[in-house]
Amino acid sequence: MNFLTELKEGLAIAWDAICANKMRSVLTTLGIVIGIVTVTLMGTALDAMNRAFHNSISIMGADTLFVQRFSWMARSQGEWHKFQKRREITWQQAKEVEKQMTLARGIAPVVSMKRSVSYQDRSSSRVSIIGSTDQFLITSGFTVDLGRFISAMEAEAGRPVCVIGTDVATNLFVNESPLGKRIRIGSRSLEVIGVLTKQGKFMGIESLDNEVIIPVQQLLTGYWRDPDFQIQVKISDIKTLEESKDELRGLMRKIRRLNPGDEDDFAINQQEQLVEMFNRVAKIIATVGLLVTGLSLFVGGIGIMNIMFVSVAERTREIGVRKAIGAKRRTILLQFLIEAASICLIGGLVGLAITALLTWILGSFMPIPVTLSFPVMGLAILVSLLTGVASGFFPAWRAARMDPVEALRNE
Amino acid sequence: MSLIRLQNISRRYQMGTETIHALRDVSLEIQRGEYVAIMGPSGSGKSTLMNLLGCLDTPTSGTYELNGNNVSEMDDNELAEIRNREIGFVFQTFNLLPRSSALRNVELPLIYSGIDFDERRQVAMDALTSVGLADRVTHKPNELSGGQRQRVAIARALVNSPSIILADEPTGNLDSKTGVEIMALFEDLSQKGNTVFVVTHEEEIARHARRILRIRDGLIASDEQVTK
Repeated sequence: MNFLTELKEGLAIAWDAICANKMRSVLTTLGIVIGIVTVTLMGTALDAMNRAFHNSISIMGADTLFVQRFSWMARSQGEWHKFQKRREITWQQAKEVEKQMTLARGIAPVVSMKRSVSYQDRSSSRVSIIGSTDQFLITSGFTVDLGRFISAMEAEAGRPVCVIGTDVATNLFVNESPLGKRIRIGSRSLEVIGVLTKQGKFMGIESLDNEVIIPVQQLLTGYWRDPDFQIQVKISDIKTLEESKDELRGLMRKIRRLNPGDEDDFAINQQEQLVEMFNRVAKIIATVGLLVTGLSLFVGGIGIMNIMFVSVAERTREIGVRKAIGAKRRTILLQFLIEAASICLIGGLVGLAITALLTWILGSFMPIPVTLSFPVMGLAILVSLLTGVASGFFPAWRAARMDPVEALRNE
Repeated sequence: MSLIRLQNISRRYQMGTETIHALRDVSLEIQRGEYVAIMGPSGSGKSTLMNLLGCLDTPTSGTYELNGNNVSEMDDNELAEIRNREIGFVFQTFNLLPRSSALRNVELPLIYSGIDFDERRQVAMDALTSVGLADRVTHKPNELSGGQRQRVAIARALVNSPSIILADEPTGNLDSKTGVEIMALFEDLSQKGNTVFVVTHEEEIARHARRILRIRDGLIASDEQVTK
């Protein structure tokens, strides 16, 4: 008997057996359905999280370095405390870097804080106020949609001008152009000279358009005398990233007067580190998540195994008859494996359908795009089939090895 | 050449610490076309002999040749093939698959021997027609009478044109009138040249055969030809 007819025969028998015990089949399948739903939902959630992160992070650009007191890679609270004790990075130091660095396209000192912003009777709270220079346009990768950006002169002189993000523009200005209007931040009023292009949201949560960029000197004199600066450096060529980092590090050590044996008291951060850290966290979430959801699939598999043992025991006589008539061990093994795999496959398909529906419902009110991807679907089908084969194997093996004489004697 | 040749066949079972000698050094030859009844009280070893003849079991010692094949040396899969090709079983309790139609039940041995769909259907139909059930092919076992069920079982036993037909108490679950009909069917099969074994404990049933083997304590107690 060739494999194809054996398969066809096995499917027919499996279908018969499933139909003969409808209630039992439905209940057993339910275990697999639940397992597959949880696993695929988890997979879809992980997918969405990864995609959202990588889309968000790409705005930052791989060729921008961020000099800060804090490293993004803080591994412990102890390290965090150490960072906090470090000397602040001053504007003076930022200016020195700007003056001496050679392998850079743009260098911007950046300070940010949260403040309320108002225009006439409209106001917006918790807006990011970013103090920087004309160079910020280069290092941030932002573009101007309306008007123009702050010039080097305005930044240096601390002119009362500002460039606003689209969220601020739509919150404060209804049916009028923001250009040339004066908005209030704290006790000062600043003229809007430009509006930035819309950026979207970071991870679908934090808006990147809710900010006002003001000349750094304006921020220092008007709001915050001695802030801790961040220095953003757009390097001239991604190919010389390491050289640029080395130059920047040497420069910072010199400027901050560190002795040769001293540890760096600053950190040079970059997107890559963030990605690396995210990937590390994502991997942990994925492992734990899939392990936990996989448990429900495992329980479903045990259910299948249990019911297959019952099925084999119930059909001992039938197995005896089939063997007497000429069924080989392989045929009997395959018959029960197919039965288990069919139950699981049906469970898997039903589970997938439920997941598709849930994803569609969730996707319609989640801030980030959520879709059931083909790899997840393919994996779900594969996993359900494997669960069937794995949990059906022992019962099928027991059936295949039965002694025909014993089996026929069974009542 | 004999169709069946048993030489010094023994079959022992281990029951705890006790060894049971179900068959002791049995030798036997059966020619093609014979009609043999095997008789004996329960525990005599007649079931063991039938299981060995049907290749459901292998002897502890001795050789069994069936149609030129040395069956006593075969493994499980080879035995399955021999059973499929050479042996047709008829059981006391019919042993049909309850959820399958008569036709599908009869097709089963053909499926296991890998005959394709069209031929299978035709051969199975012919077998059912030969036992007088051409108009019952789509019925499930529970829609058939006892006699009809046993006829389906006989059709199933015949369908692969086996060398021997082994019937274990074929009338045991039937009323006497139906039993007579079934025995007439075996008579008919024997007339057509089939080799038939009937295991029974009823003298009256055994009388249908041409040769009667009586088993007692694992030995062939007598081997007589029936004169009619």
